[in-house]
Amino acid sequence: MENLDSFRSEIGKWLEETCPPSMRQPLGPDEDLNWGGREKKYENPEEKLWLERMAARGFTTPTWPKEYGGGGLSNAQARVLNEEMRRLHCRPALVSFGITMLGPVLLQYGNEAQKKEHLPKIVRGEIRWCQGYSEPGAGSDLAGLQTRAEDKGDHYLVNGQKIWTSYANYADWIFCLVRTDTNAPKHEGISFLLFDMKAPGVSVAPIKLISGTSPFCQTFFQDVKVPKQNLVGKVNAGWTIAKALLQHEREMIGGMGLGMAGSGGGGSLDQLAKEYCGTDAGRIADPLIRDQVAQHMMDSRCFTTTLRRSAEEAKAGGGPGAASSIFKLYGTEMNKRRYELLVKTLGSQALGWEGEGFNARELGTTREWLRSKGNSIEGGTSEVQLNIIAKRVLGLPD
Amino acid sequence: MSLALSDEQELLRSTAREFVAKNSPVKELRRLRDAKDPVGFSRSLWKEMAGLGWAGIVLPEELGGSELGYAELGIVLEECGRTLAATPLVSTALLAGNAVLLGGNELQKKEILPALAKGERILALALQEGAHHAPYAIATRAEATTNGYRLNGKKTFVLDGHVADQLVVVARSAGTSGERDGLVLLLVPKSARGLTLLRTIMVDGRNAASVKLDGVEVDKSALLGAAGRGADLLDKLLDRATIGLAAEMLGTLTEAFERTITYLKDRKQFGVPIGSFQALKHRAANMFVEVELSRSIVLEALRAIDENRPDVSQLASVAKARVSEAIHLIGNEAVQMFGGIGVTDEEEIGLFLKRARVAELTLGDAAYHRARFATLSGF
Repeated sequence: MENLDSFRSEIGKWLEETCPPSMRQPLGPDEDLNWGGREKKYENPEEKLWLERMAARGFTTPTWPKEYGGGGLSNAQARVLNEEMRRLHCRPALVSFGITMLGPVLLQYGNEAQKKEHLPKIVRGEIRWCQGYSEPGAGSDLAGLQTRAEDKGDHYLVNGQKIWTSYANYADWIFCLVRTDTNAPKHEGISFLLFDMKAPGVSVAPIKLISGTSPFCQTFFQDVKVPKQNLVGKVNAGWTIAKALLQHEREMIGGMGLGMAGSGGGGSLDQLAKEYCGTDAGRIADPLIRDQVAQHMMDSRCFTTTLRRSAEEAKAGGGPGAASSIFKLYGTEMNKRRYELLVKTLGSQALGWEGEGFNARELGTTREWLRSKGNSIEGGTSEVQLNIIAKRVLGLPD
Repeated sequence: MSLALSDEQELLRSTAREFVAKNSPVKELRRLRDAKDPVGFSRSLWKEMAGLGWAGIVLPEELGGSELGYAELGIVLEECGRTLAATPLVSTALLAGNAVLLGGNELQKKEILPALAKGERILALALQEGAHHAPYAIATRAEATTNGYRLNGKKTFVLDGHVADQLVVVARSAGTSGERDGLVLLLVPKSARGLTLLRTIMVDGRNAASVKLDGVEVDKSALLGAAGRGADLLDKLLDRATIGLAAEMLGTLTEAFERTITYLKDRKQFGVPIGSFQALKHRAANMFVEVELSRSIVLEALRAIDENRPDVSQLASVAKARVSEAIHLIGNEAVQMFGGIGVTDEEEIGLFLKRARVAELTLGDAAYHRARFATLSGF
């Protein structure tokens, strides 16, 4: 514990000295966090400086081994780093699917050359990755994917189509599930490939969502040549890696419902309800909205406490407990309820699409409400999560 | 304090589980019910539980207690909840016992609490007056006399009130019903003149009492806490009792859930276990979510008492609301999934439904606690 205390004071001091002032401000309405990548343009030199300083210590991926550029921190130290960054309002220096999804599985399943090649570039934000999983005919039934990779001796020839590829239009490389054996049972003919989005034959078309934004793309592959050394794990054994990565993805999405508990949209839920519904002797004037705000805040409290219990039980007994199976399901469903409640609270002010008559917070709520509808679909629908709990946790028969 | 159980706590859990499985399985509640037992619980079992240190588990050693925390008491309550064990833990240890522990003077504590810890004193809190939990809605008058107070009023749903040696009566010395100010908590012996106790048999097989106070006289030494400031004491003891009750409910809902999952695996229709049908699988998975969320918040609330945290009151409401909703859902779903057998008196799952509804309403249902949480949170 004393050890952690001295680590905390060292980190706090270092962050205060090195985090540039503009990186300690909240994001502006048109700003995004730094996703890195070859195409990244830095309008603010401090954003670049902040990434370089953090990456130099491996703090963009604090728990990865030092030999691949990571911070080499223990989980407890990484938590301290996180807490200190929040305390000092430091923005994350880098966010990416390389950090949250690909990196962890490369560390587990990648060969030495692959780890040396790809991990340091993720740490430094040099390469931005996207995820080639879903296909038009393979959504919840992901293992039914049809994108083919034919063995051509020294390379694979990839043909097919992916959909819901997040930010494929900004990505440099893709981690991609392909079918390498069309005769095997569907789970046993899948391989995990990495390739450059600049490779000839790759093309991308953004998809416009109901929220008006385009975070997803369709991605097409026509005779794309992929060197054999870009196969992760064994050929036809990609499903295991695919599932491990999904686990990381679901944790990430489940966590998105957090931190926003009672806040977000420029004010806490109860404050917004007072502002838009009026007050009666200090209470939210509409008793039904008041009840629902309380319900949401209580749900959120129960959920965050469950996340903490799961982590503490894992620490005490090793391995994540059964509780972790509910994170993706509950986190996303709660987030959807939160936006429904926000819309109900803001009334017609949450139903504007653009232009005059609505402030930025109100317009943002409309868009985020619509975007939240995807949370319980992407990364495995709520129905798939319920199937997984019933089968793996409760042991109910097929 | 970590939400993971320590080795000592795991040991207490297995001891408690073994003890209640052997001495107070669900069929014991059925026996008490069918025999129309005048007490409603087994006094000898309560003595044995006291012998294990459970009656005075949170009391200091000098008062005969085990000086453990609510984290430990919660484990005992949870295990009792699993077998629907009828005990005076809620009425005596949590409700009235806390009135004495938190509000009593040295004399009152020494007179009452060591006897409580030995299982020799049953107490009851006479609080509720209407059909719903509303702790400040007190019309019972405590009129000042030269020596003390004269009590007039009616109480209902007084848990274990029919067998209590002493009542803690919440009454009003000033103001009108609904006001927080003006409350007093007074100790009244069962033998007091003008006190009438009527045993009421509840749907869950347990017992409560209606209480009539007709000019009951007590002297000044009966007062617990400060006169007119009874709500401060009442709030504090209700927080603790509510969290304790939530722990008991956690055990009950977990057991009902596990029995249902077992039934889904065993019961065959159309030649397959009914648990293979997706219509039931998803509902089972949703119940599992409620079980997990309930467990987390109950553990957190118990530890908040032990750490004397400022958010105990809020956590009491979050925990009681959550377990009330979870036990409501699981009780109903369990009976439905058991099918025809689920609505027979012979099958035990129906006893879980009955207990669920009583516990849900006791000390405030989910809607009550959402409103209370909102008030405490300033909206």
